[in-house]
Amino acid sequence: MSEAILTATGVSKHFGGLTAVDKVDFAVHPGEVVALLGDNGAGKSTLIKCISGVYRPESGRVIFNGVDITYQPPADIRSRGIETIYQDLALAENLDVGANVFLGKEVTRRLFGLLPVTDDSYMRQEASGVLDELDIHIPSLTQKLVNLSGGQRQAVAIARAMYWNAQLVIMDEPTAALGVPEQRKVLALIRSLREGNIPVILISHTMHDVMAVADRMVIMRRGRVVANIPRADATEEIIVRHIVGSAENGENAVMI
Amino acid sequence: MALGTASDKAKRQPIVNARFVEFLTKSWSYLFLLGLVVFFSLTGTGFFSVRNFSSILTTSTLIMLMSIGQTYVVITAGIDLSIGWTVGLSSVTTARVMRDLAAGGADVEYAMLAGVFAGLLVALIPGLVNGLLVARVKVPPFIATLGMFGIVRGAAFLLTDGQQVVRGLSAELREALRGIGNGSLLYHIPDYGLVWFRQPPDLEPTQIRQVSQLLPYPVLITALVVIVFAFILARSKFGRHTYVIGGSEEAARRSGINVDRHLIIIYVICGFTAGIAGVLHLFRFTAGAPQAGEAALLSSVAAVVIGGTNLFGGEGDIMGAVVGSLIIAVLQTGLVILNIDSIWQFIVVGVVIIIAVLVNQLQTALERLQSNV
Repeated sequence: MSEAILTATGVSKHFGGLTAVDKVDFAVHPGEVVALLGDNGAGKSTLIKCISGVYRPESGRVIFNGVDITYQPPADIRSRGIETIYQDLALAENLDVGANVFLGKEVTRRLFGLLPVTDDSYMRQEASGVLDELDIHIPSLTQKLVNLSGGQRQAVAIARAMYWNAQLVIMDEPTAALGVPEQRKVLALIRSLREGNIPVILISHTMHDVMAVADRMVIMRRGRVVANIPRADATEEIIVRHIVGSAENGENAVMI
Repeated sequence: MALGTASDKAKRQPIVNARFVEFLTKSWSYLFLLGLVVFFSLTGTGFFSVRNFSSILTTSTLIMLMSIGQTYVVITAGIDLSIGWTVGLSSVTTARVMRDLAAGGADVEYAMLAGVFAGLLVALIPGLVNGLLVARVKVPPFIATLGMFGIVRGAAFLLTDGQQVVRGLSAELREALRGIGNGSLLYHIPDYGLVWFRQPPDLEPTQIRQVSQLLPYPVLITALVVIVFAFILARSKFGRHTYVIGGSEEAARRSGINVDRHLIIIYVICGFTAGIAGVLHLFRFTAGAPQAGEAALLSSVAAVVIGGTNLFGGEGDIMGAVVGSLIIAVLQTGLVILNIDSIWQFIVVGVVIIIAVLVNQLQTALERLQSNV
């Protein structure tokens, strides 16, 4: 496999007496979808936040594209190309697709060569371009996001990440709030990110999603990485066994 | 893969056309205003006249100016309850500075200019404090500005030593104030013609009664403020960020918008347009009054709501507030002309506000229906 784009080594994070992440090694390679699995409190979200800069790990290093980003602020890490798409998507639902792709980075033009105004048609056009690249069809680009479906909104969030040259996309439970057809569409989007050679870290509780798109499963339990399984070797049974911890103890797997 | 495929469309189609609903909810207030004007024109003698329209416009300026800043605040899902008294504070401050400077021997023009400057400046203070409380200390806007309501009220009355007006404005000063506050850029006088800047002194008493102000100064000044702030809100990056904050403060923060600074500026803008209203009030009535904007506060909120601005933030525009202010002014004048007790205007405006909110909710409900298929 090609060289890793992201490498976390020996990352630890404590909250008071609790060890949320315990000397974790974690790597992501170009064009791979890595599923990060584990029970509630296993440390998935904390690990992700150590990568995206929201938390500062107490020990360990995070290297992205050859640069040490361990103690950089979230905005800097984002501008280096790590885009995190949270469950709430961080979109302004009262505005249209163009405005959302350019949120906080609006393009302006000079009206009468003098007054700076937002260049809405340019932003809409650019947004339409990136949506086309992702093969996403949204009926009207002037529609407010509130009129779009959950999957379409998810798509807008992904399109925004793409437009601003994301080189690694982290998605936290992207299908949790969606109906079945919409879930399928989001999975297809994840595949098209992979086809564009953009790696994805996918946090999910939905076994079906993970089996459908992930190339590799990293399973965490009590702050540690307990398994790292390529898709070819993974079955739901093995994964669940690692999640609940019975694999280590040699007990029989309990299917949930 | 395509989001919004044929099967999606089939499901979404039966529900009412979103664009039509949006058109209706956006323009019902315009249609309502038009309907009111037609109704009063047909039923009230003297309603349909240049003279009356110009008077309605002049009446509407106080509420309109306050509702401009209020619109910005409401779009960010806030509210500013203090601006009624900010109008008074500004009026009183302007009056005192003018009076004292003129009494000290300064030119009337200089005294007026300094007074206006002081009146506008003092109005920024409550705005700034409101902004700091809301943005930095995270006090809910309702509470922060309710506190400021009391503080500014007290400050305004302290400046008049507890009196209802600032006393001691010289006759010369009052005359100069009236020239602007009750003046017009262009007059029309029957059997005389159009006159610029000043009502001619040599008119017969019958002619004086027929003078129409075509472009009253308060209306022109208000129009200018409307244009500037409507432009900023609708077209500038600052305006766009205002809507982003109203839509999702979290999204605004994550996208790198300086939300705290933005909110502070917005409350300062709200104080500023109230300050302009206060200064204009003094010019029109030639008396600095602490309670100048007291009754207009809730009307300004009403104007904003009637104009389609969503109290939960994220939606609205200045033209809506303008139309809302005009609806209130037309109702006030129209009911008087029809000889209906002016108390009825409160009831009618109240009903209109409730209709406005219902229309807004209807839109939200339909949007929900459409996105949740």
